[in-house]
Amino acid sequence: MDKSEKKTTTRRDFLFTTSYTVGAVGLGAVIWPLVDQMNPDKAQKALATTEVDISQIEPGKSITVLWRGKPVFLKRRTQEEILEARSVSLDELPHPEKDEERVKSGKDEWLVMLGVCTHLGCVPLSNKGDYKGWFCPCHGSHYDLSGRIRKGPAPKNMEIPKYEFVDANTIKIG
Amino acid sequence: MSEHEYVPKSKAGKWFNDRLPLLSLASHLTDYPTPKNLNYWWTFGGILTFCLLTQIITGIVLAMHYVAHADLAFASVEHIMRDVNYGWLIRYIHSNGASMFFLAVYIHIFRSLFYGSYKSPREIIWIIGLMIYLLMMAAAFMGYVLPWGQMSFWGATVITNLFSAIPLVGDSITTWLWGAYSVDNPTLTRFFSLHYLIPFLILGLVVLHIWALHIPGNNNPVGIDIKKPSKDTVPFHPYITIKDAFALLLFMIIFAGFVFFAPNVLGHSDNYIQANPMVTPAHIVPEWYLLPFYAILRSVPDKLGGVILMFSAIFILFVLPWLDTSKVRSAVFRPIYRQFFWILVVDVLVLGYVGAMPAEGIYLVLARVGTIYYFLHFIVILPVVGYLEKTEPVPLSISEPVLTGSAEYSMAKKDNEKI
Repeated sequence: MDKSEKKTTTRRDFLFTTSYTVGAVGLGAVIWPLVDQMNPDKAQKALATTEVDISQIEPGKSITVLWRGKPVFLKRRTQEEILEARSVSLDELPHPEKDEERVKSGKDEWLVMLGVCTHLGCVPLSNKGDYKGWFCPCHGSHYDLSGRIRKGPAPKNMEIPKYEFVDANTIKIG
Repeated sequence: MSEHEYVPKSKAGKWFNDRLPLLSLASHLTDYPTPKNLNYWWTFGGILTFCLLTQIITGIVLAMHYVAHADLAFASVEHIMRDVNYGWLIRYIHSNGASMFFLAVYIHIFRSLFYGSYKSPREIIWIIGLMIYLLMMAAAFMGYVLPWGQMSFWGATVITNLFSAIPLVGDSITTWLWGAYSVDNPTLTRFFSLHYLIPFLILGLVVLHIWALHIPGNNNPVGIDIKKPSKDTVPFHPYITIKDAFALLLFMIIFAGFVFFAPNVLGHSDNYIQANPMVTPAHIVPEWYLLPFYAILRSVPDKLGGVILMFSAIFILFVLPWLDTSKVRSAVFRPIYRQFFWILVVDVLVLGYVGAMPAEGIYLVLARVGTIYYFLHFIVILPVVGYLEKTEPVPLSISEPVLTGSAEYSMAKKDNEKI
């Protein structure tokens, strides 16, 4: 290419560049609403909290409630189960988390977690599997008494949602 | 494209054709020179067109009665089955039609693999075909969600969760796909919208597929380039249309057999239980036509790795024309490739079988061996065999083997020429 040719910037080049730039910004501004309309709407977001009465749950038993369309396990663990969950060395865990980090301190018997397998989203079965916790029938992930992944394709422990004790008998999830 | 300039006989026809050459197009399609040795494996293009149109027509009719809402969808499908006049027939044609569509497309794809139809100069036809295949899988998956049964719901959950394996943005993407925090009503309504759209995208791609086909013309069982038109070709109509029609008739008998005598044999009985987000069925399986890919997904003990491998299994087909290094197209003249072709067929069937079984014990071992072999075939065997294989002599024209009844003649002829 000729050197003088390369250096010249014409009025037309400027018009092309600015037109393309403004066009691209305009196109993006039109596309974004079309993309974002697929995200959860206000009605979906409004279902963000659920209150659960836990007074009827005996030690060793668990209930499942629906929160944001997903099952949440509320398990009242026995002392033996808590001890067993805490006796595991962190080196043995694919996703190392202490049991203490997964419950509220002083409420150690209550395990509240999303009943959703972190592999591909199935609902694990309770009191099943090699670690006495949960077992996912879809692709064979085993979880322990703290809901931590021990064996199988799931990459992470079952998720702990944001929750709080409103009073002694009520848990608010979300 | 057209070998001779078409001029309509009537004055009105000429007037119209000068303004929009539809009559020239029709003439091109009827006269289109086709290799005279096409066997019945070449009739599946026409069969697939029939399948697509069947799905579109029955689908439009079903949409008149179906209600895309999480609370009403399941009941509306039962309403179609029990109350709508011939609703049972139309729905069974549509649901079994999906299976028939995939049966035909798999035969069509393996036909292409055997006779080397994906090779130069037909790479674009092959790639457009794969895009159609991907859209078919998307349409079939979303269609399976619409009845809102247990398999619908949990199949949708598992498949959409595949995207959560993407690092960093995975969870945002799945939430965006769902329009909720789990598979829910917004997911159902958007799947319905897209399920209605995709067949028309496929129809557009089919036009491109056929257009791209009509540039080089059909491949054929001996896989050689032919002059067209010549003594090696026959006009598409009536020679190919009548052969396609006969094959379609046989295909429709099998299709009707499923619709009338075993309409649910290819489905899963759990899908007659309404979707329940609290309980996962004990054994989740996709529809049969997705099982080989499901087996590959489950054969990897790592979430992201399994998802990557499953998608690679499909996307590797896009570069197939460049992985196969052999200059000879048809497996008829490739004694080594021919054997590997059949091993691949068996491998895919084995993967399909173990995909339907629990992912444990011998099934897991088989799935892993099958997965490794699948990739080995495309990445190692195809390029290497292309270089090392001593192919058999290829005839100079279609007329040679056809007239003499075998390929032996051309070899004998060549030997004579040497003397």
